[in-house]
Amino acid sequence: MKVVGEVHDFRPAALVRFVFRAVRVGWMWIGIAMMTLAFFSLLAMLSIENVSFVVPVTALSYAAGALGAILFLHERISPQRWLGVAIVCAGVTLVWLSRR
Amino acid sequence: MKDSPGLQVKTYVLIFFIVLFAPLGNVLLSKGMKGVGSAKNWVPGDIFHILASIIASGYIWLGIVCLLTFFVAYMLVLTWADYSYVQPASSFSYAVVAMLGYFLLGETVPTLRWMGIFVICVGVFIVGHTHPRTTEKA
Repeated sequence: MKVVGEVHDFRPAALVRFVFRAVRVGWMWIGIAMMTLAFFSLLAMLSIENVSFVVPVTALSYAAGALGAILFLHERISPQRWLGVAIVCAGVTLVWLSRR
Repeated sequence: MKDSPGLQVKTYVLIFFIVLFAPLGNVLLSKGMKGVGSAKNWVPGDIFHILASIIASGYIWLGIVCLLTFFVAYMLVLTWADYSYVQPASSFSYAVVAMLGYFLLGETVPTLRWMGIFVICVGVFIVGHTHPRTTEKA
């Protein structure tokens, strides 16, 4: 989306043009494919485990998001954000341990 | 513009939608998938049969509608409110999903899990409270 550019105009015609710009970026399609895969994985997990277990564990995506941001987008993660990610991981560990 | 009472109310209403509809959507997906059968017993040959029963499940579609409602509310609120304000506020949805699982689906939620969810909320709150832009503008 950084390639597509920031959205400042929220009129319908401008939004349609924005969507057309977005679908021409190859990265978008890889992202959409991965999100589809994530959705069906979520469905599969929900068929096995309780929702009060599955959804909190998906908070691990904050850790994955931070790593992905460094590797692919070369963003700088502030120490405070790392602290937050570490606390999320600790929370997920507790939820994981609560599995029967 | 930020301080206008109308916008404040709109922000609170949309954040309420976010913390309600995202968990509700996931709870409905869970309810639907429990009817489809456990993925532990899935075999590759059955994939079309499984997909068909997923598509035929009313709970799944209701769940998808809830998640779309959440997504629209999320994008709407982000058009005027700061991400660093919206994201920590939406961390409550982890607590809401456990509550809905407990009350609507009758799931047992052990104390350890409640503690874990609380810790996750704190972590997400801290992640969201950092500066939203760290890269130079191109």
